[in-house]
Amino acid sequence: MEVFKYKKPLALMSKSKRFGMVSLTLLIISLGLIFTKGFNYGLDFAGGTLVQVHYEKKAPIDAVRKAIAKDKNYESASVTYFGNDNEIIIRTKNSSKSLGKDMGDTMRGLLKGTGNFEVRRVDMVGAKVGSELREKGLMSLFLAILGILVYVSFRFEWRFAVASVMALVHDVTIAMGAVVLFGIEVNLDTLAALLTILGYSLNDTIIVFDRIREGIRDIKDPNLAGIIDESVTQTLSRTTLTSLTTFFVVLTLFVFGGEIIRGFSFTLLVGVVVGTYSSIFVASPILMWLGFSVSEFREKEAAKLKREKEKEKMRAMYENGTL
Amino acid sequence: MKTLNFRVILFAFALIFGIVFSIPSITQSESGKKITLGLDLQGGLHMLLGIKSDVAIESRTKSMAATVKYIFDDEEIIFDELRMVDGKQITFELLDNDDVTKAKELLKKELQGTVLSQNGLKFSLEMTPEEISRTKQNAIKQAVDTIRNRLNEFGLAEPTVAKQGEDKILVEVPGIKTQEDEQRIRELIARAAHLQLMAVDEDRAARVMTMNENEARSYGDVILPDVNTPERYLLRQIPVLDGSMLTDAKVGFDKNNQPVINFSLNGQGAKIFGDFTAKSVGKRMAVVLDNKVYSAPNIRERIGGGHVQISGNFKLNEAHDIAIALRSGALLAPVFVMEKRSVGPSLGADNIKASSMALALGFVLVVLFMILYYGMAGVIANVALIGNLFLIIAVMSLFGATLTLPGMAGIVLTVGMAVDANVIINERIREILHAGKSVAKSIEDGYDKAFTAILDANVTTLIAAVVLWAYGTGPLKGFALTMGIGILASMLTAIVGTHGMYQWLMPKIDRKKLGFWFGIKTEGTK
Repeated sequence: MEVFKYKKPLALMSKSKRFGMVSLTLLIISLGLIFTKGFNYGLDFAGGTLVQVHYEKKAPIDAVRKAIAKDKNYESASVTYFGNDNEIIIRTKNSSKSLGKDMGDTMRGLLKGTGNFEVRRVDMVGAKVGSELREKGLMSLFLAILGILVYVSFRFEWRFAVASVMALVHDVTIAMGAVVLFGIEVNLDTLAALLTILGYSLNDTIIVFDRIREGIRDIKDPNLAGIIDESVTQTLSRTTLTSLTTFFVVLTLFVFGGEIIRGFSFTLLVGVVVGTYSSIFVASPILMWLGFSVSEFREKEAAKLKREKEKEKMRAMYENGTL
Repeated sequence: MKTLNFRVILFAFALIFGIVFSIPSITQSESGKKITLGLDLQGGLHMLLGIKSDVAIESRTKSMAATVKYIFDDEEIIFDELRMVDGKQITFELLDNDDVTKAKELLKKELQGTVLSQNGLKFSLEMTPEEISRTKQNAIKQAVDTIRNRLNEFGLAEPTVAKQGEDKILVEVPGIKTQEDEQRIRELIARAAHLQLMAVDEDRAARVMTMNENEARSYGDVILPDVNTPERYLLRQIPVLDGSMLTDAKVGFDKNNQPVINFSLNGQGAKIFGDFTAKSVGKRMAVVLDNKVYSAPNIRERIGGGHVQISGNFKLNEAHDIAIALRSGALLAPVFVMEKRSVGPSLGADNIKASSMALALGFVLVVLFMILYYGMAGVIANVALIGNLFLIIAVMSLFGATLTLPGMAGIVLTVGMAVDANVIINERIREILHAGKSVAKSIEDGYDKAFTAILDANVTTLIAAVVLWAYGTGPLKGFALTMGIGILASMLTAIVGTHGMYQWLMPKIDRKKLGFWFGIKTEGTK
């Protein structure tokens, strides 16, 4: 089966302004959401306690709320269904340092008489650990981007690196915007999803850039826009196919993977879509705006080749004993 | 005819290696190295504990005071006003000027790491800064050892107790069946198990019910409550001896068949205890555990041998746990919870079910898609994908790595991304075939040209995985690990393995059957 047949290059670069506008709008909306509505920090970063209770039958959520309200400490606790009707989650901002009796133990007492239930999960994160995790999380995002920047500069050219990192920031920002928009709780696994998006979206961008690098060498056209159009078109089928397989897989994770990793799979789902879009329509135009010059790159490559050849020549002469 | 080549042989070895070493994990056999399931999959308790190291300093100071009292009594040096100030300083006054030199020498010999300052006949003694930091370090180390001992004695399978960072302790206990058991384990860990034998201040004991803390302190006393009744006791602040001289503790039964705890003291402890009881006949001595008085019997005669009993209306479970705590030693400083995650076994089972389902379904979708789209080339990619899965499991088994829920997600993602290399290669091969080149040339060039793209793409993903591994905690490390291993394994299976298979099958590939082999219509040569 063949869906994408390469006939002639799509005229993408001539429409790059339009895609730029789309991206810019999405970015502004995302940033607006992030700064006005803000992240819904979950337990990992905000601290607090969470108790997951599983009922044999449908959970009597009103009775649960009433039972909990009896204890003054839990007045502000929120009770919500989790995944299905039998499962509820009770959250508070409080965290207790005591090892002996924790919120799960208290809940077992308070909920007596609300039906047959089992406390299945008790998570508690102290405020100090929460802020530590947040710091570490930001640090890891920053370090990952830095590492990628260095590697791509080394393998390609600094403008490739800057363009790919800008595309990454674009993807991560929009994914974060979606997370805020849908009120997804931000936990450690959401962070893992963002880091995965970094890796994944970059993966896509690199494949395209690799083609452009090859195109610069092989395609006679000195015009970067033409080379980009041709390279993007050539990799279009691969980009779409891989995105599709990954999308399928993440979708099954989202649908069947269970409530606990839903935040993770949702973030990835958005990331896969945005990452694919950006590597086709966003990363390459940035390369052009950064003033990448084909002839300069060719000259550099040629100079590099020349140097290597000279080195070889010297070595050969040395080995032959002529030097 | 070209037969087996090194690539396909390498892949076959990798496949056999993968299958052989994944068997113990897949069948969950008793022997052989296998993957440990994370706490989120098998259920269990994960805690990050902090430690109040100031308390270690305080109790160290207290035991220094007890030593001072003991050696002065022993050497018949007359002193007065022995007090503890701010929990880190001891003050006392010597009454005889002739004792000063001797006292100084004795203290220097017996209490190392302390500074003694003198003001006339008044002295104050405190630890040096180095000694304080050593004591704090020691408190953590001791807490780690003590908690580990307690958990081991409790009879739990493979608990992990480790120091994390400068001042934290990581505790992981898998396989807890019920919430009640979990609570019991938490209480066992938290129990200070600080045993003290203290003299009752008989001179003022009658006034204890009306006395406040400050007044008691001014006499060098403390007021402690009874464990079961509202009664209060006025006790000398500096204990006769503490649990550090204890050698063993066992559960026994008294004459009413009530559980009690019998404990034995070491030689020095037995001597101090014997001397004290000889001197204090007719007075009371309180057995104090974690600042609660369990009993305060009258001393009828000198008690030698160093055997003491604690009774206090224990339940059998409780007596059992206290005995474990006493045997494993007191915590020099109390611990508190900074982070706690506990997952019940049924939730763990649900998590396994859900993530296996996602893995199986994702796998089937990808496999079907590859066959549908690429024909035989898809089958070859799928063989590599299966090899990749086995390799991930095998490598994780060999490292004894932990598989967590995010780790499962990592494997699912790897399935999606591992075929990527083959998509890139197949697309390249198709492109070159369309250009009219021979099958052999198309395959070789396809691999050649696809390689740099795959390498660069994988290295960058690997960078993200490594950062996540280094900075992530617990389950996230598992995600980074499976993804990292998956990427590395895919380099072997998806690039080398499939390349080998093509070379091996090359004689059979017919230019006229490109639809079957590569899923494209033959257009003939251009």
